Amino acid sequence: MNKQRIVVVGNGMVGHHYVVNLAATALAVDITVIGGEPRPAYDRVHLSAVFDGKKPEELALTTREQYEALGVKAHFGDFVARIDREAKQVVTKSGRQFNYDKLILATGSYPFVPPIPGGDQKHCLTYRTIDDLGEIKASAKGATRGVVIGGGLLGLECANALKNLGLEAHVVEFAPGLMGVQLDDGGSKMLRRKVEGLGVKVHTGKATKLIKAGSAHRLCMEFADETHLETDLIVFSAGIRPYDQLGRDAGLQIGERGGIVIDYHCRTSDSDIYAIGECAALGNFIYGLVAPGYRMAEAAVSQLGSDKVSFSGADMSTKLKLLGVDVGSIGDAHGRTEGAQRYSYCDEHTEIYKSIVVSADNKKLLGAVLVGDAKDYDTLLQYMLNDIELPDSPEVFILPAVDGAVSIGLGADALPDSAVVCSCYAVTKSAICSAVQAGASNMADIKASTSASTGCGGCAALAKQVMDSELLKLGVEVNNDICEHFAYTRRELADIIRIKKITTFDDILDSHGKGHGCDICKPTIGSILASYWNDYVLKDEHIGLQDTNDIYLGNMQKDGTYSVVPRVAGGEITPDKLIVLGDVAKEFNLYTKITGGQRIDLFGAQLHELPVIWRRLVDAGFETGHAYGKSVRTVKSCVGSTWCRYGVDDSVGFAIDIENRYKGLRSPHKLKFAVSGCTRECAEAQSKDVGIIATETGWNLYVCGNGGMRPRHADLFATDLDDETLLKYVDRFLMFYIRTADRLQRTSVWLENLEGGLDYLKRVIIHDQLGICNELEADMATNIANYQCEWKTTIDNPEKLKRFTHFINSDQADNNLAYVVEREQRRPAFEEEKADLIKLVS
Amino acid sequence: MSNWITVCDEADLIPGTGVCALVGQEQVAIFKMRKDNAIYAISNYDPIGKANVLSRGITGSIGDDIVVASPLYKQHFSLTSGACLEDAERGVKTYSVKIEQGKVLLKNAAMR
Repeated sequence: MNKQRIVVVGNGMVGHHYVVNLAATALAVDITVIGGEPRPAYDRVHLSAVFDGKKPEELALTTREQYEALGVKAHFGDFVARIDREAKQVVTKSGRQFNYDKLILATGSYPFVPPIPGGDQKHCLTYRTIDDLGEIKASAKGATRGVVIGGGLLGLECANALKNLGLEAHVVEFAPGLMGVQLDDGGSKMLRRKVEGLGVKVHTGKATKLIKAGSAHRLCMEFADETHLETDLIVFSAGIRPYDQLGRDAGLQIGERGGIVIDYHCRTSDSDIYAIGECAALGNFIYGLVAPGYRMAEAAVSQLGSDKVSFSGADMSTKLKLLGVDVGSIGDAHGRTEGAQRYSYCDEHTEIYKSIVVSADNKKLLGAVLVGDAKDYDTLLQYMLNDIELPDSPEVFILPAVDGAVSIGLGADALPDSAVVCSCYAVTKSAICSAVQAGASNMADIKASTSASTGCGGCAALAKQVMDSELLKLGVEVNNDICEHFAYTRRELADIIRIKKITTFDDILDSHGKGHGCDICKPTIGSILASYWNDYVLKDEHIGLQDTNDIYLGNMQKDGTYSVVPRVAGGEITPDKLIVLGDVAKEFNLYTKITGGQRIDLFGAQLHELPVIWRRLVDAGFETGHAYGKSVRTVKSCVGSTWCRYGVDDSVGFAIDIENRYKGLRSPHKLKFAVSGCTRECAEAQSKDVGIIATETGWNLYVCGNGGMRPRHADLFATDLDDETLLKYVDRFLMFYIRTADRLQRTSVWLENLEGGLDYLKRVIIHDQLGICNELEADMATNIANYQCEWKTTIDNPEKLKRFTHFINSDQADNNLAYVVEREQRRPAFEEEKADLIKLVS
Repeated sequence: MSNWITVCDEADLIPGTGVCALVGQEQVAIFKMRKDNAIYAISNYDPIGKANVLSRGITGSIGDDIVVASPLYKQHFSLTSGACLEDAERGVKTYSVKIEQGKVLLKNAAMR
């Protein structure tokens, strides 16, 4: 059988989606792609990322090689000039001819440039393709100000691009507000307020009459209201128009407002020609978003097979980040449905606007607008898409949750199984439930097995609800009690200890617990007590709470001996101190290794040797490194501006300051920090709980990264901070983590499980939404003020030193220890080696 | 003839923790509880971690059992029976222990 010849005209995101979907079928097809741009398909949605430092090639969705591997013949940089429907053939501008059995038009759209006199001169540009970016970049050279004409979604994206190019960015909009298509009046106003707060100048209700040469700047725009604005460049982003010329010329039916008319099967008026994406019009509507385009591509592919899918329109709800501002628009945002009623909430202090549009009977959600806080987007979208009945007081959806009050999300049980919980990866409720049935029991499992919440993360709260609800159904009791002795979570215990000012384990066991405690609750409470009061951990009332590492202030190794890790703040150490470490290691025959945290670990010290070793170290000016505690470990640094020819700030000095500030801080798990002196990031700060990177304009702060078992890239938390602000944020961040995290929960997992995620964390730490920042800072100040080197305190206390012997009634050493020499140092003998060695000794 | 031997002062035992005593060739872990001052003694050798470390574990209760958790791999050993709660095959020896006139006395195992 001959293969069906499929010719796809256009290689944008939708055209590309068609090609990969078709290639993935088992159909006997011969695919030819003709793309007008010189490069294969790329991610147009994230175009402005190029001005944020992303390379254009990183936007690529595919390569010529990948197409070749799929057996697709691709031709780029050549336009199709005409379609010969009789001969079933297309002819390109360069004269090449391609015969087709089925023709797919995915020609997309082009930016609408209003016919303004002078609008076609130099430095008047458009924003649509990678080539456009090149022109904008070139024009920005020597420019100080740029104007975007159009205050819609793309216009604001483009304003962000200009801002990233270092220009003073202006937005000129003909309509009275920004993003008028997606937002209601209140949302539009709040967006304007926020955008202006970010330094973008907004001019609305301005019709540009003429563009002429300027005096202070290259160009001068004259407006209908007789005002004018000078600028060095202008980018038109006043909407799109479908590229439907090919269809017009070929006599295909065209929509009233342009676009090639298609039916539910994406077929044009010629049954062998399909149109998909922004060049197509269904019911006179052009879908200018990528998701509906993808659905059209999938529908068009299915027409070639037996299992036909139709495209009958798409929801145009959208959630995005514009200039860093969260914006969400759902359904009938303008309340145009008959009888529709609106609830709105406007908070100019924290700059949040939310409104919902409900049906006349107050029972169904018709639409919503979210600006500044879009975390409820997914819940609201589910209500609208699934026609779920609203609670009696729909206003709870937009009113802020008072701390402590139950947040009113959509009950997971109310969702149909088919509801899409994670829109980034199209993960349905039933997929999450299946994952739970297969054994997933926490969000980390869910993310790993379904990818849900790994895109924008907006659905994390909802996904967790679905998971919890399914766990309950399976009879898995979601019991967050820390252990059998305390019917509380770690977070609750921390609150009790803080608020009731409890200072000993005995007190909290008496008042809130039962039994004797155990190896779970004791160290946990010991850690909380230490976090808040920072008492000496070897006091009699605390000592029984500590893991052996904490009791003996060393890390127990597999044979019961300990390792010794003195603090080397920032990894900076003098030769004299290095010699001391060498001398001590030699004298006590300690195995020596450099750690990942830029310090030196000395292994194999027996209990009775620890105080002697530490006396030597303390006398030489060393302090304990707290390597044994769930506490701040090290602040790794690169050499920074001290020596490095690229360093822009003193990363070593700052790392030392930070390490000294937080040393000894007990926390739910160990904490690792790093400071890099420039963006080359040699200290690997983005894999740390707290990462700090120097820039020309201040420090960038990253949080919740992790190396280790489950690596996680840290999230950028705040930029361009001075020393003082950075320390303030870190104080708050650490104390908030200590207050709210679970036992042994690293910051990475904590953040992933934190409802509201990074945005919520920013609101708490930066904007003080919970009003607790003063408290957090005070808690940290207490902790810092009570710092002591536990080893110094211990070696000065003969009573405490009594514990540092193997036997209470003998000076002998443990007779079970045996070593062999390997690579010129000793190591514990393996069991099979040990039998012989010990026999020899005794 | 008494087969109890004195190993240390009661004051050497900090409630909630353990110490290790050498009795003949045997290492014995002795614990004093915080809540009721009860004392217990078991072998110091952790048969799973294969090291003499049990006296350095955290004491507590699991249900009605009074236990110590090994500092190496956290298995729980009953202080009354010596049984390992996680692995019935791997219990440890227990010893009789008492306090008299401020001294901790251990029944000499060899003479039992």
